[in-house]
Amino acid sequence: MLRQNWWKILCVVLLIYTFVAGFLGSVPARPILNETIRNYYFHIAMWFSMMIFFIISLVYSIKYLRSNNHIFDIYALEYAKTGIVFGALGLATGSAWAGFTWGAFWSNDPKQLGAVVALLIYLAYLVLRNSMTDVDKRARIGAVYNIFAFAMLFPTIWIIPRMVESLHPGGAGNPAINADWRIRIIFWPGAMPGWTLLGVWITSLRIRLQMLAEQRHH
Amino acid sequence: MYKKVYALLLLLFCGFTGMQVHAQDSTGQLRTVDSASAQRIEMADQLRSNGKIYVVVVVVIIILLGLILYVTRLDRKISRLEKEVSRDK
Repeated sequence: MLRQNWWKILCVVLLIYTFVAGFLGSVPARPILNETIRNYYFHIAMWFSMMIFFIISLVYSIKYLRSNNHIFDIYALEYAKTGIVFGALGLATGSAWAGFTWGAFWSNDPKQLGAVVALLIYLAYLVLRNSMTDVDKRARIGAVYNIFAFAMLFPTIWIIPRMVESLHPGGAGNPAINADWRIRIIFWPGAMPGWTLLGVWITSLRIRLQMLAEQRHH
Repeated sequence: MYKKVYALLLLLFCGFTGMQVHAQDSTGQLRTVDSASAQRIEMADQLRSNGKIYVVVVVVIIILLGLILYVTRLDRKISRLEKEVSRDK
């Protein structure tokens, strides 16, 4: 799967659809948001892809713990890294968007704080790994910590920000699921799989590079 | 091969759910509310009627394609390296 091309072509087609339809398509007129509602296809897609990468990373960490196969550890690490990059982009784009709609780039909103805490927990995963030199120990403790980091996504992103008052929409559930149909027909078939596939593509390159580097050592 | 079929089915499913919602909305009520509020809310309709938004789309697509080309070349380089490594072994 990793070395095949069809899904890379699909990724490019979906992203082109996202950009063309995302800019030219009709969107609902909402006060304050105005045309910035188009950020749905970019900002929200970042968070969605991040969650998918973290889920994949979790699966590979569990697989590693079950099999002790070192390759699974590489997969888990690289998917976590891509998730962190997408999360950071989601945070930055959210901050830029908030600057023009909420009136401040940072307002210590529960959603903002929760997202920062979640990302810091994942950054600690990388720090923790680098603090160990023994390869097996690093992989094992890293995998266990990765499961904990994923579990922390529940309170920091999925529960607490939805229980308290927030400027961010989507308090009653996922903002992408309850969106207007004009947004959904671009978000679900276009932006979501398009951005996710791009992340998977980049991750697959990093995994292959990592495997090459390992082969040289042996 | 099965994976390809699954991906296509998933894609179609997403498209259909989008269309169903479209059919529901076109019954009327929601849309009238929307067009009434659109008169008060400022949107970039002027930009679109002047055709200037297409310039932005072209620019963004160029950047996207440039980045994709960059990633594609990286992909090729890694593939070549993989071949070399497996041949040396």
